[in-house]
Amino acid sequence: MPVQEIKFYQTGSLVVGNRLLDPERRTVQADPGRPNTLTSGHRACQGCGEALGARYAVDAAHRATGGRIVVVNATGCLEVFSTPYPETSWRVAWLHSLFGNAPAVATGVAAALKVKGRTDVRVVGQGGDGGTVDIGFACLSGMFERNDDVLYICYDNQAYMNTGVQRSGATPPAARTATTQAVGPEPGNPFGQGKNAALIAMAHEIPYVATATVADLRDLEYKVHRAMEFRGARYLHVLVPCPLGWATASSDTIRVARLAKESGLFPVFEAEHGEITAVSKIRRKVPVEEYLRAQGRYAHLFGDPPRTDVIAALQALADRNIRRFGLLDEEG
Amino acid sequence: MDRPFAITLEVGSSLANKTGAWRTERPVYLDRFPPCNQNCPAGENVQGWLYHAESGDYETAWRILVDDNPFPAVMGRVCYHPCQTACNRGRLDEAVGINAVERFLGDEALRRGWTVPVEAEPSGKRVLVVGAGPAGLSAAYHLVRLGHEVTVVDSAEEPGGMMRYGIPRYRLPRDVLAAEIQRILDMGVRFEAGRTVTDLRAEMERYDAAFLAVGAHVARRAYIPAGDSARILDAIKMLRDTAEAEPPQIGRRVVVYGGGNTAMDAARTARRLGATDAVVVYRRTKDRMPAHESEVADAEAEGVRMKWLSTIARADGGKVLIERMRLDETGFPQPTGEYEELDADTVVLALGQEPDLALLEGLPGVEIDKGVVRVGPNMMTGYPGVFAGGDMVPSDRTVTVAIGHGKLAARHIDAWLRGTQYTPPPPPPPATYDRLNTWYYSDAPAQLRPRLEVARRITTFDEVEGGLDESTALFEARRCLSCGNCFECDNCYGVCPDNAVIKLGPGRRFMIDYDYCKGCGLCAAECPAGAITMVPEET
Repeated sequence: MPVQEIKFYQTGSLVVGNRLLDPERRTVQADPGRPNTLTSGHRACQGCGEALGARYAVDAAHRATGGRIVVVNATGCLEVFSTPYPETSWRVAWLHSLFGNAPAVATGVAAALKVKGRTDVRVVGQGGDGGTVDIGFACLSGMFERNDDVLYICYDNQAYMNTGVQRSGATPPAARTATTQAVGPEPGNPFGQGKNAALIAMAHEIPYVATATVADLRDLEYKVHRAMEFRGARYLHVLVPCPLGWATASSDTIRVARLAKESGLFPVFEAEHGEITAVSKIRRKVPVEEYLRAQGRYAHLFGDPPRTDVIAALQALADRNIRRFGLLDEEG
Repeated sequence: MDRPFAITLEVGSSLANKTGAWRTERPVYLDRFPPCNQNCPAGENVQGWLYHAESGDYETAWRILVDDNPFPAVMGRVCYHPCQTACNRGRLDEAVGINAVERFLGDEALRRGWTVPVEAEPSGKRVLVVGAGPAGLSAAYHLVRLGHEVTVVDSAEEPGGMMRYGIPRYRLPRDVLAAEIQRILDMGVRFEAGRTVTDLRAEMERYDAAFLAVGAHVARRAYIPAGDSARILDAIKMLRDTAEAEPPQIGRRVVVYGGGNTAMDAARTARRLGATDAVVVYRRTKDRMPAHESEVADAEAEGVRMKWLSTIARADGGKVLIERMRLDETGFPQPTGEYEELDADTVVLALGQEPDLALLEGLPGVEIDKGVVRVGPNMMTGYPGVFAGGDMVPSDRTVTVAIGHGKLAARHIDAWLRGTQYTPPPPPPPATYDRLNTWYYSDAPAQLRPRLEVARRITTFDEVEGGLDESTALFEARRCLSCGNCFECDNCYGVCPDNAVIKLGPGRRFMIDYDYCKGCGLCAAECPAGAITMVPEET
């Protein structure tokens, strides 16, 4: 495990902070003076996973760089809810790009800083899954293959939530979106489509690729910190549940992210130079059904009669992830 | 205005946008009633003192503990810890070893000489406590802290009651007991040894109130046809004589009649006094025994044999005749007519005890029901100003219950002396298991207390159960889930997508910034302890 496990402090390494720990061993988010790079008053929905994930990640980058970062933000929910004219929620140097060119703009910022001799200032590009996995993908791949000195963070909520929950290349099979309605013999998003952006990033053999969720703060902060130890292109893919698009209770955001990981549907791992170096093991394995049932976008699987065939197919995907990434400890 | 190149507007912060207006439900911090506290007969704030033990601040932990119970070192040895039976962690892996941590704190206090200050203004009121057992001493302790002048009288030469004369040394070493009692006496409690109160009415002319806690020392007898040569003892006397270093001659083969904790104590003591064969005869089945499970297990480990569903029909000439019983539909034992003979040099009767209530004679208004004194919810008898507790009132007869009675009675006596009413605060809502988010607790196996090997247990009166050391006690304290009470894990502060939780600093917990809280409920859902609740906003 890359994150050093803190044992027997009542809650170990699982909670945000811990009064019994030395301050330097606590998370950035536990710090009463944390940067709050994404501050209050933003217009994200109640229980927004993306707002939470973005603050977690950018605060960690802020800490890792001593505050010397420039953030380039693709169009999308994150940009819209954080910067409605004439306000901003960002408390870092922040640029808004088009929907599809954030990686290219980030490359430009990194190049400009290099020209100015300010390589101490680091660049973070960020966007949702639509701007990253679909629309900005050519720019992202270019940024990777040139190994530009940018950490690109994708906040994956698995559809175009900002424009009304349309399917993206990151939408999972069987999920209902506005463009993949729960009708017909194969309701929701078709099986066999979409892409795994983290694995594609790895195929570029860039220095660092990792996945994370908003349910494991220590792991996420570690990965941002680790990414900042490399120069060159780095990619972090963070699962951020969307109460609106997933039709979950606003209080369930973290629980659902946790179930995504614990069911095996969302493997959490890190890779250096194209090779996986660590995976986060499943701690309390759950069947995919527990994850699916919490979400209205899968409600059509639990009608009368329930679509046990589709649930079984999703379970098979989780089981494949568990085998492929070695998500379970041998002891079980 | 001078602005940087291409900047035409002042930067406005989203802090101007008070998103709290979106809220339909608001998170509210609260302290729930943890099951350990709820189940403690002495009313200890278990979660409260464990919280400080978790950080290694043992003195603060001990001070919170002794706010309710002046006997932590005794408790940590003889309490049957109903707190642990109720502990929510028992549903996760194993209950927190509360009793073991309590003993560690109690022993630590004795080692370091921590004392309890008396800070109240003297009230000028005098209270008589009759009986220096756990109830009487607990009442004296609390009354003295409330500013009253307390005199404890006991017919025995040493204070302690059943803690000294009933509970065997191998469960409660006398130096520990003596030290905790001395700490109470040093607070200014007057102790009159060897004085039996016979006329309470006369005593009441010198005192403003009295608390009676004479215990139950009179052994209940059963008629057993016995020949001249049968040697029959009662357990209470046997334990008392052993405690006073005058153990009775019991021979090699001892039969103990009864199924309570006293029977177990008697059988285990018999083993230590040299009995090679100690048999407990009980008329019902094991699961119906009033003895605590752990006592039965300890007795069995020490070679005590059990004969369930049996009564003694006759005792004579080194033999007892046992009749087999069966339980009828109502669970009552009925004779079967089948007999069996056991060798026995001594028969020890442990059939329960009754209080000696002679001192109440002539006191008007006092009601006695089934051999015990009736008291109201305020522990007062029918005679104004005379309160009673412990084994002489209807209750479970344990040290912890008696200590709880002493505390409760002291509060009511204090109110009565001041002409007021003591109303206990309404209990907070319970901290049930389903309120916890157990994901966040790390897996941590319970720490075991060392136990003396059996060979030494049956030859000496050395203490059977050892204590935890500092590291294991700390570990055990940290297994506490802090049910229903904030323990500053920072989860609420971290998981709020709107930075609407304000961290107030160590020991000061958190508050919600309702200007920005959208009421998503993540803080409440992810609070491990269930110490946040969502309350509908008024529309």
